[in-house]
Amino acid sequence: MLGSIKSNKFQYESQKLAMNYFRVAIVLFGAQLLMGLIAATQFLYPSFLFEVYDFSVARMVHINALVVWMLYAMIGSVYLLLPDETGIEAVGIKLGKLAFWVLTAAVTVVVLVYIFIQVGPGSEATIWLINEGREYIEAPRWADIGIVVVVLIFYYNVFATYMKGEKTGIMTVLVADLFALAGLYLCGMFFTSNISMDQYWWWWVIHLWVEATWEVFVGSLAAYGLIKILGAKREIVEMWLWIEVLMLFGSGILGLGHHYFWIGTPEYWWEIGALFSALEPVPLVAMFVHVLYDWGKEQGHAEAGQAGHAVKNSPAMAWIAINAFGNFLGAGIWGFFHTLPQVNIYTHGTQFTAAHGHLAFFGAYATILIGMMYLGVQRAYAIERMRMTFKTKMAIALLITGILGMTVSLTIAGYEQVLVERADLGGGWDAYFIAQNLPWMLQAMGWRLVMGLVMFTGFIFLVADLFTIGKAKEHAEQESVGAAAA
Amino acid sequence: MSEKKVSVWTSITFWRRSAAWVTGTAVVLLMWLTFNTIGQISMGTDEDLQNGVKKRIPAPTVINYKIDYAYDEKRGHEVPVIGEKELFFGKEWSADEAAELLRHGKLTQQAKNCMNCHTLLGNGAYYAPDLTKAWLDPKWNDGTMTGITGKDTVEEAMAEFLMHPSQFPTHARMMPNLGITKEEAIALVAFLKHMSAIDTNGFPRNFSQSAKRLEGGTHAW
Repeated sequence: MLGSIKSNKFQYESQKLAMNYFRVAIVLFGAQLLMGLIAATQFLYPSFLFEVYDFSVARMVHINALVVWMLYAMIGSVYLLLPDETGIEAVGIKLGKLAFWVLTAAVTVVVLVYIFIQVGPGSEATIWLINEGREYIEAPRWADIGIVVVVLIFYYNVFATYMKGEKTGIMTVLVADLFALAGLYLCGMFFTSNISMDQYWWWWVIHLWVEATWEVFVGSLAAYGLIKILGAKREIVEMWLWIEVLMLFGSGILGLGHHYFWIGTPEYWWEIGALFSALEPVPLVAMFVHVLYDWGKEQGHAEAGQAGHAVKNSPAMAWIAINAFGNFLGAGIWGFFHTLPQVNIYTHGTQFTAAHGHLAFFGAYATILIGMMYLGVQRAYAIERMRMTFKTKMAIALLITGILGMTVSLTIAGYEQVLVERADLGGGWDAYFIAQNLPWMLQAMGWRLVMGLVMFTGFIFLVADLFTIGKAKEHAEQESVGAAAA
Repeated sequence: MSEKKVSVWTSITFWRRSAAWVTGTAVVLLMWLTFNTIGQISMGTDEDLQNGVKKRIPAPTVINYKIDYAYDEKRGHEVPVIGEKELFFGKEWSADEAAELLRHGKLTQQAKNCMNCHTLLGNGAYYAPDLTKAWLDPKWNDGTMTGITGKDTVEEAMAEFLMHPSQFPTHARMMPNLGITKEEAIALVAFLKHMSAIDTNGFPRNFSQSAKRLEGGTHAW
């Protein structure tokens, strides 16, 4: 993929820019995994890097790298599909390129400050310059403002290109969804002494991103992917997309209530949060059915000899299918496990949440974004039909084994913590450490680290594959062209 | 041209309109609920405290009062109980002083990145105990931590611990030294005491009840 800097065969500048976003995304994905390994090690060996590079720092970089690599890959995906959908070059491509470099420079500075300065004195200056200390959106205020400016440029590009070019259903959904996604970020940009008020608005960013606007975004990517990879019929795909939007926003927006059970907010959120978040898995089932249905149907057409419907990019198709399943399993099932207030009063703030978080972020987002990267590589080398390599399969097998292993480990740790610390002992300092030091917890944490290493190995295969799959295929195609000519 | 009659269930227009209406309705409902909730989670005033008016988030001057967490028969779970006045770091804080202290404490909580080890109101990371009711934790109130830090009051013990956490280890997993100054430590303790007075609908449930029972027992390895 990095090799494609010089040898890309893109028709559009917008798609070249997409590859830049993917390159940074994959670097940050690596950083996320490394930080996760450090934090996982500290659970087992608390003296590891103690007072040098503490858990809080490793964990902050772990989750921030996660959010930022996903946003990068999302922006990249949009720049990739924009000319395809609208039929024209992105309108403000020069500005778009400038924004990319500005954003990347800003992200680099923020990460270096996180790593080397870590914490500051309890003053406004720290929140403006070092970190804001609010999980997931720790970026200091100066960077918040920078992000808003860059996102405005990105949104201008999407919106203006949409207005000028063809207006497909996929683009209509994306234009509306990205507007909400960008606007929601503003809810996290203020200071208050009132921790309940703080968390109320904080969830508007976090929840309405990952359980509403990001999900709709994924629906749009899957729709685009199915058309590109399988040649699925646009009318059917776009009809499904609107049904998905209906169900995702219908359940996800008020599903926000499941974060308002215990933060000082009124009791009525119990009922609202329980009802709507219980509905949240429904669209995920629909998305799963939709992807498998289209896959089976088009594959069936191809095998029946009705030409032109075979899978054009099998690594991307694999990752989209994994996404459909992972989204349902991680976000749907693991989310539903602990979404009802009767259960959540015990599970809130335990490893159970961590189990859900890991599988949901990977299943719902990492998977499809990796799929989009493969689509990008295919375009960069103008490969007609891209097939999985050994590395593709190793990456899939190891990443999935790793994430499922970690999720199961963390779920077991969560069960133990819920039963011992919360249900039996009622929480608190002693209860916490009694549960943390039980052999069940330690074994689970040990397996989590092992599975993290498995995942990291899978990541190495993934990067190696993205680097080489395009070139290898290109050569293979040239050879076959040469052979045919001779 | 005669238009072929197709089912509404396969009509893109139908689903697009439905999606727009459902989304719009959800957004309007959320905004309406937000106005109601914001009213209920705005901080109370010092007068509310003096008149015994219960607020979900009490005024910063709640640090001048004894706080307890007791079972409420009617609501079916524990709620914070604001009791008699007590001195906080040896004095009674005025409304302005308390507000400034709480602000400093909240800023310090963010600046020191507490949330990436601890949970606050149950949100954050899971590497260290939940801080929602930390002020009420038996560990501070049963003489353990006051003894270890050599201080007389809970607030002084907490502040001392926060300034030099790795000097007072209780487990292999320790809190690192974050360069917290005396002023910041006092402000953080005020923040923690205020947070313990927030009505969290009974979270955490049965807080530390059994831990109290097991006090000094065999589990602390």
